[in-house]
Amino acid sequence: MDILNALVAFLNFVFIPAAAYGAQLALGALGVTLIYGILRFSNFAHGDTMAFGTAVTILVTWALQAAGISLGPLPTALLALPLGIAGTAAMVLLTDRAVYRFYRVQKAAPIILVMASVGVMFLMNGLTRLLIGVDEQRFADGARFVINVRDFREMTGLQEGLALKTTQALTVIVAVIVVWALFWFLNRTKSGKAMRAYSDNEDLALLSGIDPEKVVRLTWIIAASLATIAGVLYGLDKAFKPFNYFQILLPIFAAAIVGGLGNPLGAIAGGFVVAFSEVAITYPWLKVAGYLFPGWEPGGLLQLLGTEYKFAVSFVILIVVLLFKPTGLFRGKSV
Amino acid sequence: MSSNRQAATTNPWRAPILFAILAALFVMEGTMRNAMFSGSWNTALGILNMGLISAITALGVNMQWGYAGLFNVGVVGFLALGGVAPVLIATQPVEGAWNAGGSRVLIALAVGLGTLALAVQAWKRLRAGRGLAVLVILIAGFVIYRWLFDPAVSAIEANNPARHGNIGGLGLPVLLSWAVGGAFAAAAAWAVGKVALGLRSDYLAIATLGIGEIIVAVLKNEDWLARGVKNVTSIPRPVPYEIELQGNPEFVSFAQRWGFSAAEASGIWVKLCYMSLFLVVLLAIILLAELALKSPWGRMMRAIRDNETAAEAMGKDVTARHLQVFILGSAVIGIAGAMMITQDGLMAPVGYNPLRYTFLIWVMVIVGGSGNNWGAVLGAVLIWFLWIKAEVWGPALIGVLTAPLPEGGLKDHLLDSAAHMRFIAMGLVLLLVLRFAPRGLVPEK
Repeated sequence: MDILNALVAFLNFVFIPAAAYGAQLALGALGVTLIYGILRFSNFAHGDTMAFGTAVTILVTWALQAAGISLGPLPTALLALPLGIAGTAAMVLLTDRAVYRFYRVQKAAPIILVMASVGVMFLMNGLTRLLIGVDEQRFADGARFVINVRDFREMTGLQEGLALKTTQALTVIVAVIVVWALFWFLNRTKSGKAMRAYSDNEDLALLSGIDPEKVVRLTWIIAASLATIAGVLYGLDKAFKPFNYFQILLPIFAAAIVGGLGNPLGAIAGGFVVAFSEVAITYPWLKVAGYLFPGWEPGGLLQLLGTEYKFAVSFVILIVVLLFKPTGLFRGKSV
Repeated sequence: MSSNRQAATTNPWRAPILFAILAALFVMEGTMRNAMFSGSWNTALGILNMGLISAITALGVNMQWGYAGLFNVGVVGFLALGGVAPVLIATQPVEGAWNAGGSRVLIALAVGLGTLALAVQAWKRLRAGRGLAVLVILIAGFVIYRWLFDPAVSAIEANNPARHGNIGGLGLPVLLSWAVGGAFAAAAAWAVGKVALGLRSDYLAIATLGIGEIIVAVLKNEDWLARGVKNVTSIPRPVPYEIELQGNPEFVSFAQRWGFSAAEASGIWVKLCYMSLFLVVLLAIILLAELALKSPWGRMMRAIRDNETAAEAMGKDVTARHLQVFILGSAVIGIAGAMMITQDGLMAPVGYNPLRYTFLIWVMVIVGGSGNNWGAVLGAVLIWFLWIKAEVWGPALIGVLTAPLPEGGLKDHLLDSAAHMRFIAMGLVLLLVLRFAPRGLVPEK
């Protein structure tokens, strides 16, 4: 039994990718859950907002690269991020003003807002295609690895290598900072408290003199920032392809619902639950089992589900939560 | 829901006039040859046939949304599932496939479903320790399922992989597969509806989004079923082949009398045959749907849609009725999916793009007038026509708009990306109609 090598294989193929993916999902789900908490509808345009924000960031990154500006070992995209966020925030504020506000004032049924968000999704999708096209774009630059396989092997003398990509480390660090900032904002500042009050009880918040339009604007700006950051991190870690951002909508919704729609803490937990289940279920465990039980030769790869079906994992998680705990693990709202 | 369905009287001539305009568009497409129209009846009928299939899909969506207010975002999945039926029912049996592992696959699938059923029963019947019992049942069932399923699948896929490698069909008439396609979609809808209905309205939307993605993923990857991305070709047709017609002297002389070449006439004839078949299905579905809407059942459905709480207070089982109409609507979508694959003669899972097959259908329903069957048909054919023509008109429009711009990168970029304008245009159409004419072109009576 070779526990050390098994552990390294597990860290390399399951834990690190899942942690990075979980952080990306958590940031995406936070945006969905905040919009749900304040505006009370599931925003189908969120995936394409992420794509739009990433596209803007990539364009700025290219401009910076052309101007010869870089961050050294870190990806230049980090420098472009604020501009990407600003562009996305302007975009979502515009859609709110042009689309959602009308239904909010009318107090339309939530499903009408969902449908309007589908229209916005179409628009954003087209805009993203217009901006950057449908092809895959890789825009990660700087150092590729924090630790690479060969160095790790030489350092530890283990047979199994471990690689930590810069983008993975960056994803987790950025996510921690963003989440800390968000919770600080929600719990400590006046605007954040107004947002939470509005989410808990709209009428009471209005009676206390909270300006609903201001709360809504703030929510959109925060959601746009989260979406852009999540999208850029996802794009750095994997690659940017607009259609993938539409597909990631399902795991993001699953994460938000697992955690309880409208509950920020739940969204983070949900993101990691979905990511770890997805990676663990689609990973072929043969290698890890080989270290743990030498001599045992199972017939297959010990893979529970092909990687093509990773969306099925989010779906099953979603279904299980809907069946047994429709308000989510952390008690979200159910309007 | 009441907010978007204000009662207003509409001109009774509105629908006929709109249909006449639509017909005129198709006639222009068939006869006029200029920058805007192709002047080919083959093109016009091709667009119309796909428009009719979209119309049937839109009818299914309209049953779910217009009658019951259910938001199905997985239309693409139900369409794709319907499309499996022609492959499994109508293609010729593959030699050796059933012997290789056909029965074993069936047993595996039965074990899989049986495990789920057993788990559900255990959860319902047992009291203490039921969580553990269900977990044991699921794990054991999964292991047995994989043990049965995996070797069978490898055996089937190893059977003549260059040409087949799939389970093959039953060689039955292809028209039968349309009904089977409906049944497939209905079964999937039952499973989704059972879980997601009765909860918040958004949950159904999210769950259907998921099932749509999964069905398409299954079709892409399960080679034993329909060859996955290797595609199944030569699905039999219910209508004659062009090449046969061209070899038939009677048909050639008939074509010449009308002043068409044999090649053109055969294409038109085949498309007319398809059109008649599609029209029969479309009209039958509309007839049934209209009769159902006028019956007490239809009044109950609308009552539930307009005020769920009141309907529930009157003793109506809202969740059960929602499930019923969700299954019916999905079955109609499944029929349309089978018809589409029959017309194409090709099952190509990579083509199932949700933007095209889910959200475009939604634009059709909303533009046409949700709750009105004729509206859904009008919206479907009209939007499909515009969607196809936008491919031609979009670049032309961009060309005119960018004419004053100086030559250079920006102009080239805009010209290149004109194709993507269709998404923006459809998004705008959906948003504008939703906002300014929520009842659509042909409003519900």
